[in-house]
Amino acid sequence: MENKLLIAKSEPLWNTDNRVIYFIGSLIVLLFALPLFGLNSFYLHLLIMIFMHAVMAQSWNVIAGFSGQISLGHGAFFGIGAYATSFFYIEYGISPWLSMPFGILVSGIFAILIGIPMLRLSGHYFAIATLLIGISFQVVFQRWDLVGAASGLWVPMTSEDSWAALQFHSSKVSYYYIFLVFFIVTFFIVWLLSRSKLGYRLRAVRDDPQAALSLCINVSNYKIIAYVISAMIMAPMGSLFAQYILIIDPDRVFNIEISIIVLLITVLGGIGNVWGPIIGAAILIPISEYSRIYLGGTGGAVDLILYGLILMIICIFRPDGLISFVPKDILERKKQR
Amino acid sequence: MTPEIILQAIVTGLMMGLIYALIAAGLSLIFGLMDIVNFAHGEHLMLSMFSSFWLWSLFGLDPIFSIPITILLMAFCGVITHYFLIRYILKAKMLIQICATFGLSIFIRSIAQLLWTPDFRNVDKPLLEGRLEIGSVFIGQPQLVASLVCLVAFIGLYLFVTKTETGLALQATAQDRHAAEILGIPSNKMFAIGWAIGLGCVGVAGGMMANYFFIFTDVGINFALFAFVAVALGGFGSIIGCLYAGIIIGLVESLGGLLIDPSFKLLYVFVIYLIVVIYRPQGLFGRY
Repeated sequence: MENKLLIAKSEPLWNTDNRVIYFIGSLIVLLFALPLFGLNSFYLHLLIMIFMHAVMAQSWNVIAGFSGQISLGHGAFFGIGAYATSFFYIEYGISPWLSMPFGILVSGIFAILIGIPMLRLSGHYFAIATLLIGISFQVVFQRWDLVGAASGLWVPMTSEDSWAALQFHSSKVSYYYIFLVFFIVTFFIVWLLSRSKLGYRLRAVRDDPQAALSLCINVSNYKIIAYVISAMIMAPMGSLFAQYILIIDPDRVFNIEISIIVLLITVLGGIGNVWGPIIGAAILIPISEYSRIYLGGTGGAVDLILYGLILMIICIFRPDGLISFVPKDILERKKQR
Repeated sequence: MTPEIILQAIVTGLMMGLIYALIAAGLSLIFGLMDIVNFAHGEHLMLSMFSSFWLWSLFGLDPIFSIPITILLMAFCGVITHYFLIRYILKAKMLIQICATFGLSIFIRSIAQLLWTPDFRNVDKPLLEGRLEIGSVFIGQPQLVASLVCLVAFIGLYLFVTKTETGLALQATAQDRHAAEILGIPSNKMFAIGWAIGLGCVGVAGGMMANYFFIFTDVGINFALFAFVAVALGGFGSIIGCLYAGIIIGLVESLGGLLIDPSFKLLYVFVIYLIVVIYRPQGLFGRY
């Protein structure tokens, strides 16, 4: 018994089934090679959106899936990230690469400030409070003249592609690689998190706070840690998104739709599972983009109807998400004999 | 800042508060009964306002007279919601319950947007129009009637839940659904009744507000937020708590708007919510 424990402790966190490693490795190689085949810019855009939303959903997964707190206002951190880079770039000409860590930091600080009073709340109280937080941010930014109030910020375009200003006008390939790298790094971090002690403690907090408390796990501290990690994952996506579309306003980056879609992607793919957000984003974003192309365009919100419908159907029939179709033993840590 | 203006703000806040109270009462009833927060409550309010609007625009029925029809429609909508969605998620995790009703809210809102476009509409020349002038305070007639009707409906709801047999059965189911089943109270039927009454309340509020409020697909969001806050303030599941909480919110909204800055109304309510929930998590009139 003790021996097994020692073996388990000595093995690295990323120890897993070889099949999984080969699969992920070949997937990464494929994703890096994809632009070489000359995809047109629509498919590149689609893939970029998938990466972005997968990371955003992953961020939500950390707080909701691992530590069990449902945040309905996660768009707030996305907006903070977006405003941080755009504001400093427009006002002082600071490169987005330098202001992005600042946005991450501010998000983290806000998460602590919000988290300390609010994560003492549980269940519905927290969900309602976060819903209010998300809308409060939108209201404040709509009135805040320094950051352009309701009309938002327009990022001035550089005359040519520039890595320093993070703007590429000739093709989307550079954006593709940037998002891809962020996507892979974030997933690796969250994957390690889910297998680390911290991850197990968070799940203990989620499943039974009282039992976790009796094992000397400080429940509210761990919830705050999860919230901060989650916010810090969300912020850089806002920054990148701002540099990708080059115009941000409170209605776009603090929109409640952002909070909805991260929830939907995660629940669709499988909540509390690292792979859930990938599957969810890979299925949902194409549906959303295509339905917007073929069915939308006249002010109809067909993609939102689909979101709502999918969310309800998943909740009724597959509460564990699509990942529950995959046999469990593949996903878990390799068994020691 | 004269006392008259403050008095005016208090009266306005009081009238809005009564409407918030009734909306919140519906939410609270459903929550108390089955521990599910209906995140689609605002959308149900929107539906009831649209039902009132369409009855007026298609059949020429004034919103006051169409109230019974609106209530019935909403009650039916509640039963349908229970039958097709809520029934399946009663035993699910809280997260799934939140996601399901949240999904319902997106679904209803975007369907409405598709069918009726996001245009702003209002009922033209309703029977209730004009305003009363009492001393120096102006009171809009439709607002006054709406808040009085909401108050009456609220009292009716309270008497129904505490005095009638069905109401007592509802309370029994809320306290312990299995014990109630042993005593021969079918919990599934009680849940359906709870949904019907809860959304019926929304029907009253929405139908009365159709008289003077703009009707558009996103109208419910703010009301639903205030209703959530009112329910948490009053204590989840406490109906009488909703009355006080609704009035507090109405007053905070109008006085805060008057004294500080009207564009941050939501933030004042939010601050009140946080203070109450942190220092008194069971709410002002909570049970446990």
